[in-house]
Amino acid sequence: MKVKVISRSTDEFTRERSQDLQRVFRNFDPSLRSQEKAVEYVRALNAAKLDKIFARPFIGAMDGHRDSIKCMAKNPNYLKAIFSGSDDGDIRLWDLASRRTVCQFPGHQGAVQGLTVSTDGSILVSCGSDCTVRLWNVPDANLADSDILSDNSAKPVAVYVWKNAFRAVDHQWDGDLFATAGAQVDIWNHNRSQPVNTFDWGADTTISVRFNPGEPNILATSANDRSITLYDLRMSSPARKVIMRTKTNSIAWNPMEPMNFTAANEDCNCYSYDARKLEEAKCVHKDHVSAVMDIDFSPTGREFVTGSYDRTVRIFQYNGGHSREIYHTKRMQRVFCVKYSCDASYVISGSDDTNLRLWKAKASEQLGVVLPRERKKHEYLEAVKNRYKHLPEVKRIVRHRHLPRPVYKAANLRRTMIEAERRKEQRRKAHSAPGSIVTEPVRKRRIIKEVE
Amino acid sequence: MGAKKENNDDEMDEKVKKYLRGEAANLEGLKDKKLKGQLAVREDLYGKSAKTAAKIEKWLLPSEGGYLEAEGIEKTWRIKQESIAREIDISSSKNQYDIVLPELGPYTLDFTSNGRYMAAAGRKGHLAIVDMKTLNLIKEIQVKETVRDVVYLHNELFFAVAQKKYPYIYNRDGTELHCLKEHGAVLRLQFLKNHFLLASINKFGQLHYQDVTMGEMVGNFRTGLGRTDVMQVNPFNGVVALGHSSGTVTMWKPTSSVPLVKMLCHPGPVSSLAFHPNGHLMATSGKENKIKIWDLRKFEVIQTMPGHAKTLNFSQKGLLAAGTGSFIKVLADFSGSQNYNSYMTHSMAKGYQVGKVLFRPYEDVLGIGHSMGWSSILIPGSGEPNFDSWVANPFETSKQRREKEVHSLLDKLPPETIMLDPTKVGTVRAPQKKEKPTKKEIEAEMEAAIETAKNTDFKKKTKGRNKPSKRAKKRQEMIERAKKPLLEQQIQEHETSRKKQKTNPEIEMPKSLQRFVRQKAP
Repeated sequence: MKVKVISRSTDEFTRERSQDLQRVFRNFDPSLRSQEKAVEYVRALNAAKLDKIFARPFIGAMDGHRDSIKCMAKNPNYLKAIFSGSDDGDIRLWDLASRRTVCQFPGHQGAVQGLTVSTDGSILVSCGSDCTVRLWNVPDANLADSDILSDNSAKPVAVYVWKNAFRAVDHQWDGDLFATAGAQVDIWNHNRSQPVNTFDWGADTTISVRFNPGEPNILATSANDRSITLYDLRMSSPARKVIMRTKTNSIAWNPMEPMNFTAANEDCNCYSYDARKLEEAKCVHKDHVSAVMDIDFSPTGREFVTGSYDRTVRIFQYNGGHSREIYHTKRMQRVFCVKYSCDASYVISGSDDTNLRLWKAKASEQLGVVLPRERKKHEYLEAVKNRYKHLPEVKRIVRHRHLPRPVYKAANLRRTMIEAERRKEQRRKAHSAPGSIVTEPVRKRRIIKEVE
Repeated sequence: MGAKKENNDDEMDEKVKKYLRGEAANLEGLKDKKLKGQLAVREDLYGKSAKTAAKIEKWLLPSEGGYLEAEGIEKTWRIKQESIAREIDISSSKNQYDIVLPELGPYTLDFTSNGRYMAAAGRKGHLAIVDMKTLNLIKEIQVKETVRDVVYLHNELFFAVAQKKYPYIYNRDGTELHCLKEHGAVLRLQFLKNHFLLASINKFGQLHYQDVTMGEMVGNFRTGLGRTDVMQVNPFNGVVALGHSSGTVTMWKPTSSVPLVKMLCHPGPVSSLAFHPNGHLMATSGKENKIKIWDLRKFEVIQTMPGHAKTLNFSQKGLLAAGTGSFIKVLADFSGSQNYNSYMTHSMAKGYQVGKVLFRPYEDVLGIGHSMGWSSILIPGSGEPNFDSWVANPFETSKQRREKEVHSLLDKLPPETIMLDPTKVGTVRAPQKKEKPTKKEIEAEMEAAIETAKNTDFKKKTKGRNKPSKRAKKRQEMIERAKKPLLEQQIQEHETSRKKQKTNPEIEMPKSLQRFVRQKAP
């Protein structure tokens, strides 16, 4: 006879000293856990509810400017810093942690229209409607930490006066060129008072410019003539252009997929394009109810943030048709500029009410140090929620957002209008000869033509 | 060498299959390429995690299960407890004992889900709580009333007792916390620990479900099948099964007033029933000297064995214990072919009447409640050797217990999640398309209806009304009657198709010219 029975000695299964950690034994056998699917579902549901409870995205407002904020720039070298320029010619450097002005850059006579920082984080370039481009030395990071706030005003390193007012500026990602947009697109060097190159295609004002993060010589601009133009600095003439039905206010390149960019359009939508294939948008991001004013990609390239004339900030997935998040407060007016912070965890918006606002990128994320066990738990709940997100109960909770009344009503109205248009189109199609009317997908519909 | 490796692979495959929890989704017919890609990645992940879990099971688990193997002409069912005691270590042999308490009469038992504590209740009002690790008596109280059943709630701190008029809830110190008057005179109690529901069946055959967290009465159903004290929860899905004196077994959930399943299991009264922990097997015993094992997926009997059983219980590893009189038989199915054979037997002292057998979780121990106290014997291979600290921990500290209580309350399932197939939770019902019967099927149906009408036998009627002509006429009428609904259906379909044709003018004509087509006279 051979016999063995289970026999556990207490020493093997408990800790030796009270300072030790409790011992944990795992057995993943499904039969030990009954109804695991139901338990998982309940956990997903509870996680969705808890997310709603803990959703406090607004961290604080940064007050100081005397006029509406027109542009912002993040310092690629220093996480806590953000520059902002306002309509009265004031440029400020903010410390995001303490939410205070660190330094001011006086000099512009009219509105500051564009701000950008060189990739090494040492030079700030600003341009404005007073036809000047100003270069500033960015103060040391240590200064930002020090408490001396009195009389921290910097003097410009260089002031270049030019023929026309400027609308935007952007610095090359790798190199020391920067481009300004105005009556034409000018390419500047740090050391020269005149542009090294000038591009012009079409008669109207260029309103935004962005350099490609991957290919330093390529830039995209949008103009008042509703066009989005791609330039290559190595060529003497612009490369390609696409004309849409409405104006594009701002452009952002995806930093992780540098051939793709997203355009914030006047018609309330954002359009993601592949720069190599401009005849059709890759994705249309709908949800805003008024013109989208500014757009900025997260450094992860998975999300982008938009600010709109409808006084809301929204966060979209790079490939999602609808926004995953909407931020608004009663006091926030029209949003003119938004930035995603360099660590992808905060969003900064600048609006008409002269305030910068700091938001969390994930509304219910916990700030501060998260212990490993806690983080694991968050990750688990996130995965479970993701698994059951299609079920009606979970979906309803995850999707629900409180909207300001005007936005809610405008969204309803917009929906009705779009639906009516679609129905009309359908009827027209039904009553016409077959094949005579072709419905174009929304990705194509708003594009008039592509010019090489 | 090669054969060994193959054998190893087979063993691994078997284990992986357990962790995969069903078949992978079929992605063949999916048209959406993006979704297909995402799901393929998901399935791949599931496969990997199942493989990892299987490897963990093979290499990392700390303990191995017990066993009892016969050598030579020995038979396992002839091996006595005394001879087992000679072979094993002292700490295990502590689990063989008889507690003789002749006055306070037949005892019933319950273990906590981690197997650490036991509550014993004597018919005459004696309640005892024992720590099974140290064999210390924690608390002993005398309620001075008939006690019919005892059950632990979610941890060892609380237990419910079915007393003479009402069930009561006590804590570990013996303090009465609640008197559940709504339940009435309860015969059996069961606790659903995922749902925090206390289920009871009372003298009048009423089934009650009470949520022990909020005290809300979730369900109150009249079974309508009379008094019974045979009640068991299926741990796999939370369905409560009742065995009735008519030989039926009914299965209930708290959200419906009619049973989910009503199955006739025995020609006589059902004396006990038990569920396999995987939820696919049920064992029932009837007073007509039969023990049956049922497949709950098909509701078919798999095996019928002769024998009485006052009480039945499945162990974690699937051994089945049956107790009757002073004799206990343990059946096992080691081949996996669902063919239960005798594994071990045990006879108590003459005159002891076994009232309850219950395997202790995570141990190779069978607890026996009988008329003269309670006993404990060793059944090697019955318990799960490896516990999971987050599911049930026999070495739980009070801090861990508190934490676990909070977590299990957060994960408390709503009563709606009790259903026969719990894997259906969180799935979407496929759209049910009603298939139109084909012409052939309709014809076949008609044919069959006519055939049955033709073959019906008539009663013998009085003289004059039983003439052949009358009978033929009647038969003809019946055939017509059988045909009628089907013919009507055909006509209706015909009409609708004609209407459709009317709205769809000539198909060949170009669209612009279709309006000039001459309308047919109505």
